[in-house]
Amino acid sequence: MNGLFEYIKTVFKGVGTLLTGMKITGSYFFRPWKHVTQQYPENRETLKMFDRFRGEVIMPHNENNEHLCTGCGICELNCPNGSIEIISMSVLTEDGKKKRAIDKHIYHLGMCTFCNLCVKACPTGAIIMGQEFEHAVWDRTKLTKVLNLPGSKIAQGVKE
Amino acid sequence: MGFNIYDFTGMTHNMHVSFMEHMSPLMTTIVEWTIIGVCYLLFIALFGLFLVYAERKVCAMFQQRMGPMRVGYWGLLQTIADFIKLLMKELITPKGVDKFLYNLAPFIIMIATFMAMAVLPFAKGLQTLDFDIGVFYVTAVSSIGVIGILIAGWSSNNKYSLIGAMRSGAQILSYELSVSLSLVTMIILAGSMQLSVIVEGQRDAWFIFKGHVPALIAFVIFLIAGTAETNRGPFDLAEAESELTAGFHTEYSGIKFAFFFLAEYINMFIVAAMAVTVFLGGWMPLHFGSLESFNHVMDFIPPLVWFFLKVGGVIFLIMWFKWTFPRLRVDQILTLEWKYLLPINLVNILLMSLVVLTKFHL
Amino acid sequence: MSETKEIIISTDKIHTDQYLVNMGPQHPSTHGVLRLLVSLEGEVVHHIQPHVGYIHSGIEKMCEAISYPQIIHLTDRMDYLSAHMNNEAVALCVENALQVEVPDRVKYIRTIMDELSRLASHQLWWCVMGMDLGALTTFFYGLRDREHILDIFEETCGARMTVNYNLPGGLMFDIHPNFQKRVKDFLKEFKTKLPEYDELLTGNVIFRQRVDNIGHLTLEDAIAWGVTGPSGRGSGFSCDVRKHQPYSAYPMVQFEEKLDTKGDSFVRYRLRIEEMWESIHIIEQLIDNIPEGDYAVKMKGVIKLPEGEFYQRVESARGEFGVYIVSDGKKNPYRVKFRSPGFSNLFALNKMAAGHKIADLVAIMSTLDLVIPDIDR
Ligand code: SF4
Ligand code: SF4
Repeated sequence: MNGLFEYIKTVFKGVGTLLTGMKITGSYFFRPWKHVTQQYPENRETLKMFDRFRGEVIMPHNENNEHLCTGCGICELNCPNGSIEIISMSVLTEDGKKKRAIDKHIYHLGMCTFCNLCVKACPTGAIIMGQEFEHAVWDRTKLTKVLNLPGSKIAQGVKE
Repeated sequence: MGFNIYDFTGMTHNMHVSFMEHMSPLMTTIVEWTIIGVCYLLFIALFGLFLVYAERKVCAMFQQRMGPMRVGYWGLLQTIADFIKLLMKELITPKGVDKFLYNLAPFIIMIATFMAMAVLPFAKGLQTLDFDIGVFYVTAVSSIGVIGILIAGWSSNNKYSLIGAMRSGAQILSYELSVSLSLVTMIILAGSMQLSVIVEGQRDAWFIFKGHVPALIAFVIFLIAGTAETNRGPFDLAEAESELTAGFHTEYSGIKFAFFFLAEYINMFIVAAMAVTVFLGGWMPLHFGSLESFNHVMDFIPPLVWFFLKVGGVIFLIMWFKWTFPRLRVDQILTLEWKYLLPINLVNILLMSLVVLTKFHL
Repeated sequence: MSETKEIIISTDKIHTDQYLVNMGPQHPSTHGVLRLLVSLEGEVVHHIQPHVGYIHSGIEKMCEAISYPQIIHLTDRMDYLSAHMNNEAVALCVENALQVEVPDRVKYIRTIMDELSRLASHQLWWCVMGMDLGALTTFFYGLRDREHILDIFEETCGARMTVNYNLPGGLMFDIHPNFQKRVKDFLKEFKTKLPEYDELLTGNVIFRQRVDNIGHLTLEDAIAWGVTGPSGRGSGFSCDVRKHQPYSAYPMVQFEEKLDTKGDSFVRYRLRIEEMWESIHIIEQLIDNIPEGDYAVKMKGVIKLPEGEFYQRVESARGEFGVYIVSDGKKNPYRVKFRSPGFSNLFALNKMAAGHKIADLVAIMSTLDLVIPDIDR
């Protein structure tokens, strides 16, 4: 008799735990306004990444098409996977001295692991992390970018 | 040709008579069969696709998601797009399969589904076959499906498929018993195996109310066993995704896979429809004994709507199970059947007989 | 009598064989490219031979060519669910080698980040555990809550999973001004969600049937196979590095090392749920008391370790994670070896799962909480 009682108890207890689970899922079913997913391409306008989000390395230019990069190559040294190539050139300053300047700051987005080490290492703060995250392109060569804009030059007063 | 959304008997009868006037009896039979066949095909394709859509939406709601939203308004055409995709996919026949059986299996499953559909009463007069052994017939043909699953698993030449098929065989054979016994419980109450009579018997009150506790227990057992028979979660061992990748239909692709997929959903519909017919009054409106005005309002809703509302409700319940519970293990499934459902069922039949003998249900 | 005997003999002649099934490298339940060579007798698992190396990426070898700050960013990619702990292990190892003392602020923030990672990792484990057992809805509930932690990471560290927040000598950035508020909001909400986990899965009779008394691992076996983390603690192996060799701010907080001796799947499951509560507890103690100060000490531009061998271990979400660096005084290490918890845990699988059913094998594997890049590195 005791066994039968136990048997019935297990049946009811089991059903009880199942109903508890169904209560949880059911409570979410009947609260559809609690959806947590986003409709991604539709919400492009309102979708804003956090300031620190590391989407790609960019080099900001001011309105005179000037940047802060001296071409020192420290970012290239700090990059763990060779995503940055610095091609420097020498320019003559006004007082006739030779000085190193950036010719091309080549950035291979396809190889970058977004580790932030180059940004951290850059002595002049010439490169920062951009928030763009839609990087898909049709052609892999498009992933190789030259960060300094054509015709740009170094801003006044940047010391090495 | 009279058209009455509350009673289709007149309409079908008129159609039959007008056909007879213009054609020979043989021709009439052929034409009528074709019409019915096309109707069922359309129904299975469209309703199956709708069920897939509904399942995706329902599970999304349970999971705080939106589900398909892209194709059509709220993703309504998503499953149709998927179906077209499946139609265009290559039919892959892996090396070493038993070609004949491999190609036969999806059809067996589909045929079993079609056959079971034939006796379901959708509304008054909207029933293809009205056997006097309707309930028996449904349980009989629905077990043909398992042969399809076994053949699919065996012929695929894949160990996962074979394990899945064997699991499914053991499971469906056991749960057949519970399904039949819970139906037997209700047959005792109804006094007939003919589905139209069973529905007619629920004119004043559905059997689940009439039969008191035993009917309720039988209903719960029928739901559990029915879910198990359709291989749906938490009893989806045969295709247990995390264990057997896709179980018995691992090797199927394209439209053959779609057959299995559709059959699963239509089977779910059949189980729900049987539950509705036997327990929840079929297409009968909801009636309460003495509330005359309430009963009258309920009568205004057409039987087809009643039927599909109730079926929808049961299907929702089945989906709710699937999206809440973990899957059982194969030995636990058999334990549940043989140690719990079967004894409870047998006691339940006894109880029901007592209820009927003492005329407690009237 | 003699007749029965004959029948027995004749059944003996029926030739039954074990058969091999390759679970993986592409299989839904191995969560990556792990291949288990399983020999089965019907449904019963007889022996499991894990084959690893499908996504071996040679991180240890790569480390020999790069500098120490760069090594840290590679460790993100091993056990990507406990990226913070991996980062911290390398950072601590380098700091100890150079005998640099980091400010308290760094220690506090590191510890908070560790525990947030642990929470996130355990949440993901919970959803995957449910999914492996067929309860697909748990997957989304777990991810839903984990999302908040990833947002916290993203705001402060700039990335969601490959955070790379530690540097030798401190942190990459200071915490974001919103950090404390966000963490507190999250904890408040998560404390209401965690009981739901229990109601949905822990108490569920089907779930309990699937994990209770399944996959026993004895204490001896746990020690012999080096099973650490919650999996080892489930067998009574007290191996919490946070207790035994406290690092960062762990000496300053009160918490319990959850232990159990039963060693079955359910215990391993329960310990992880309890660890989530402990993590919440630890974060609560720290979050309001983050001391002012620098977020990093000034290090040399090129970090060179003195000649010698250095070892540091931390408690990652899966168990003991160790970094062993051999330095020859250059800016690159001579040799780096990572002791990853997943690798040792995986190979105890045969001990636990042999004799159970295939479905149990999947459940047991889930309770080990395997991350394949952690195993293959
Ligand atoms: S973010 Fe890292 S990987 Fe990318 S360019 Fe900078 S240093 Fe190289
Ligand atoms: S970006 Fe910065 S580190 Fe790189 S070359 Fe320019 S100034 Fe030097």
